[in-house]
Amino acid sequence: MRSAAQIAADVRSGASSARAELELSLEVIARRNEELNVFLHVDEAGARAVADAIDEKRSRGEALGPLAGVPIALKDNLCQVGVPTTCSSRILEGWRPPYNATVVDRLLAAGAVPVGKTNLDEFAMGSSTENSAFGPTRNPLDPSRVPGGSSGGSAAAVAAGMTSISLGSDTGGSIRQPAALCGLVGVKPTYGMVSRYGLIAFASSLDQIGPFAHSVADAALVLEVVAGHDPRDSTSLPEPAPALVAHVNDGVAGKKVGLVRELVEGADESVVAAVRAAADALSDAGAEIVELSIPELALTLSAYYLIAPAEASSNLARFDGVRYGLRVDAEDVTAMMEATRTAGFGAEVKRRIMLGTYALSAGYYDAYYGQALKVRTLTIQAFDAAYERVDLLLGATTPGVAFAFGAKTADPMTMYLNDVFTIPTNLAGHPALSVPFGTGEAGLPIGVQLLGPGRSEAQLFAAARVLEIADGRP
Amino acid sequence: MTLPAGWEMVVGLEVHTELLTKSKLFCGCANHFGAEPNTNICPVCLGLPGSLPVLNREAVDFAMRIGMALHCTIAPSTFHRKNYFYPDQAKDYQISQYDLPINSGGYLDLPDGSRVSIERAHMEEDTGKSTHLGGSGRLAGADSSLVDYNRCGVPLVEIVSGPDIRSAEQARAYAAELRGILIATGASDGRLEEGSMRFDANVSVRRSGEPFGTRCEIKNLNSLRSLGRAIDYEARRQIELIEDGGVVRQETRHWDENLGETSTLRVKEDADDYRYFRDPDLVDLAPDQAWQDRVRAALGPMPAERRAALVAVLSAPTPAQLDAVEVVIDLGLEAYVHAVATAGGDAALALSRAANELAGDLDHLENLSVEAFVATTAMEQRGELSATQAKTVLGELLARGGDPAEIAAAKGFEQLAEDTLGSTVDEVIAQNPDEWQRYREGDEKLAQFFIGQVMKLTRGQANGKSVIAALQARR
Repeated sequence: MRSAAQIAADVRSGASSARAELELSLEVIARRNEELNVFLHVDEAGARAVADAIDEKRSRGEALGPLAGVPIALKDNLCQVGVPTTCSSRILEGWRPPYNATVVDRLLAAGAVPVGKTNLDEFAMGSSTENSAFGPTRNPLDPSRVPGGSSGGSAAAVAAGMTSISLGSDTGGSIRQPAALCGLVGVKPTYGMVSRYGLIAFASSLDQIGPFAHSVADAALVLEVVAGHDPRDSTSLPEPAPALVAHVNDGVAGKKVGLVRELVEGADESVVAAVRAAADALSDAGAEIVELSIPELALTLSAYYLIAPAEASSNLARFDGVRYGLRVDAEDVTAMMEATRTAGFGAEVKRRIMLGTYALSAGYYDAYYGQALKVRTLTIQAFDAAYERVDLLLGATTPGVAFAFGAKTADPMTMYLNDVFTIPTNLAGHPALSVPFGTGEAGLPIGVQLLGPGRSEAQLFAAARVLEIADGRP
Repeated sequence: MTLPAGWEMVVGLEVHTELLTKSKLFCGCANHFGAEPNTNICPVCLGLPGSLPVLNREAVDFAMRIGMALHCTIAPSTFHRKNYFYPDQAKDYQISQYDLPINSGGYLDLPDGSRVSIERAHMEEDTGKSTHLGGSGRLAGADSSLVDYNRCGVPLVEIVSGPDIRSAEQARAYAAELRGILIATGASDGRLEEGSMRFDANVSVRRSGEPFGTRCEIKNLNSLRSLGRAIDYEARRQIELIEDGGVVRQETRHWDENLGETSTLRVKEDADDYRYFRDPDLVDLAPDQAWQDRVRAALGPMPAERRAALVAVLSAPTPAQLDAVEVVIDLGLEAYVHAVATAGGDAALALSRAANELAGDLDHLENLSVEAFVATTAMEQRGELSATQAKTVLGELLARGGDPAEIAAAKGFEQLAEDTLGSTVDEVIAQNPDEWQRYREGDEKLAQFFIGQVMKLTRGQANGKSVIAALQARR
C-alpha cells in the first residue's frame, strides 16, 4: 500500500485523483469488511462528495492540503456531522451528530477524505474489540486473533489496506496496543496536544486522539494536521501544532534512552528480546542506553482502574434516554432511564460504571479515588525524575503478540493486564508511541514502545524512525 | 413575630442569582429570558456526546464583583461535577464549584447595623426546566414530562451566609440588602418574580445559650414575603416539636405558599450522594492581580454607601422618608435627588417625587433629564406649581421630555391670581363655618381640610402654601 504522503503527492500532482484513491479504498473495504468487521458505517456518498470537491478544487488550480485525497478511517467515538456515531454501543444506535469533532474539521481542511467509522470496544473500554455491541473485529494478519483494542477497527482498517491512515483514541493504551498487535505505528500524543472536542469521552483526563499508520512519517504527518490549540477544549495546550515531519530523520545520536525494567517485566520472551534488540539498534544509531527502574509504575494499573471508571461513571451518565439514542419506555422518567441504561450498555461498560460510582461514593472517595490521584501524582514525579536522567524511555507495548478470540475474556483482570505497559503514560499525560520491531509467535508483529516527556513527539518520531529502518523498512 | 420565651432561631441563607452575562457559562448561547422552548441551545449546553465546556470570562468578572462587594477573599478555584440523574440536567451532572470556591470569607452589613458573615459565593451552571403533565404532576407518576433546556448552562452564583441570622425580619433585610448589592454590581437584575434570585433557608432552633440544633433546609422560596413566612413557620414548627418531646430530623422541606406551611421533601438518609470530583474538562481558575484590579476598578459604590450619602442630604429624615430612600437606592434614582440638593433645592421634596413619580414610570426615565427634574422641583418649591401640577409636568417630561416651564405654560398652570384664590378661600370658609370656628380656636389639623376643599374647587390649581397664607390672613 502506498503511503499517505505519496497518495497526497500524487493527488496534488495529478498523477492520481481523490476520487480514484477513494474508489480503491472502497473496493478493499467492500472485499474484506464482511469478514473482518472493521467499519460499522461506510459513508460512501459523503466520502465521494468530499473527494470530488478536492478534485474540483485542483481543477480550479487551488492549492491542496497535506492530506489531499487521502482516505482516512475514524474510530466510531469521533463525531462527524450527519454520520452515525455509536461508540459501538446500542445506547447510541442511530444517533447522528450535528457537529464535527475538531480533528474531523482539521482533516477535512487538510484534504483528507473520511470514509467511515470503525469498530471499537464499547465506549473504548477494552483491549480486543470483543466488547463491541456490533461484534468483534478480526485481525487482518490472522483473522482467528483479535486486532487489539479499543481502537481495533482503526488499526485493522490500516492493516488490511482499506485506508493508509486512521484515527483512534488512547485512554490506557487503546492506540498503541492495537498498533502493536496489527504491526503498525500508533501514537498517543501529549495530553492536550490534540483537541478532544467531538471525541465522545471515556475518561476525560486520560483520553487523547492519535494516528495509526504503516510508517513513522505518515503518523507524524497526520498528527501534525490534527494537533494544535483549540479554543473549544479547555485542556488544549496553548501552542500551535509542532513541526514533526521535518524532524522524522533527526536520528538519536547523542540521546540518552532508558530501558525501563517495569516496562518489560512479565512480557513474553520474544517481546523482551525485541525490546533488547531495539535498544541495540538505538545504540548503533548513536544513542546511549541506560537500564533503569521506576518502581512506582507497578502501582499504576490499580490507580488507572479507579480513575478511568470514576470519570466514565460521570461521562456516561448523559446516556439516559431523554435526549438522543436508545429509549426504552417505562412507567415514569426514572424507570425509563433505568430500563434504557440496562438495555443499552454492555457488561464491561456496566462493570466500569459501577466501579467508578463506588470509587467516588461518600465514605469511599478517600480510600479509592483520592488514593488513586495520589498514585497519579507519584507516577508523574517518578517519570519527571527519570527524564532528568534520560531523554526517552524504551519498553514493550504489550506483553505478547495478538491473542485468540476468547483468550482473555473469562476474567476481566487478564484483559486489564494487557495494558500494564501502556497505562503509565496516560496517567502522566506524556506522549508515547508503538512501532513494529521484529516478530514473535506465529510470525506475528511485536511492537516496542517509546516514551518521552510532555511535548517530546518530534524526538519520539525520530527514534521510532531509527527502529523502523533497523527493522527493514527504509 | 416573636418566638416563645427562651427560644432562638438560627438561620443561614443560600441565595442563587443568575448573572447578566451575554452568553451562558460554558458555551456561546445567548443568556436571555423567554425564548421559545429549546431554541437557545447548542451541543455544549445540551451536553451532546463529545462536547466540552469552556468557561465564560465575563461570568468570572461578575462573580468577582459579587465577591468584592461582599468583602470576600478571591482565591484560585476549581470546578467540580455534582452527579445526579434528572431529565432537565443535560449531562446528568452539574458543573459547580465545591471545596475551592472563587469567593470565600466575607460579610454583609445590614441597615440595622448587624453583620452577617458570608461563607462563600461560588459559580455554577443552572439546569433546564421540567414540566410534568397529568398524573401526579411531579416527576414520579406524571403522564408525561416536558423539558426546556434554554436555561441549561445559564451562569449562577450561589451566595452562602453563615448561620448568623436570628429572625425572619433579619433574613428579609439580608435578602433585600443582598439584592441591592447584586443590582449595584450589575451582576443581576434582581427580578425575583422571574426567578433571577432564588432562596433556600437553613433553619434550626435552640434554647438561648445552647449549641446549634438540627437544621432543616427549606426550598422553593421565591419572594421576600415567602422567605420571612417560611422561616417563622419552620422555627415555630421545630419549637413545638421539641416542646412536645420530639426530635428535629435533618431534612429538606418544601414551602407551600398557599398553605403557608413546610412539608418534608426528602430526609437526609435519602439524600443523593453527589459523588463530587474535579471536572477533568476544565482547568483551574486563578484570576491574576491585573484581572482582579480591572474588576475592582469598575465596581461602583454599594447600596449602604449610597444610602448614607442620600440620608446625609436630608435633615432628620422621617421613617416615611427613610422608606423613600430605600426605593430610590433600589431603583438607582438618587442622582436626581443629589442634583436638587446640590442646586440648593428641597431634597425632601425631590426624594418624594423620585420615590413616587419617577419610580412609577421607570421605562421612560431616559426622557427626563436631571436638569428638567431640578427645574420642576424648584418651580414647585417656589409655589409656581402646585403639587398636582408638578406631578403632571413630571409625567409629561417622562412621556415626551421637554422644558418644564414651557409645559407648565402650555397647560395653563400659572398659579391662581391672589384675588381668585382669596375668593375661593372665602367661599370654602362660608360653606364650613363649624370647621372654620375650630381652626380659629387653634385646631391646626383643619388646615389640611381647608387645603383639600380649595384644591377640589380649583381642581388642584392652588398652591398649598398660598392657601395656608390666605387662611392665616383671615383667622
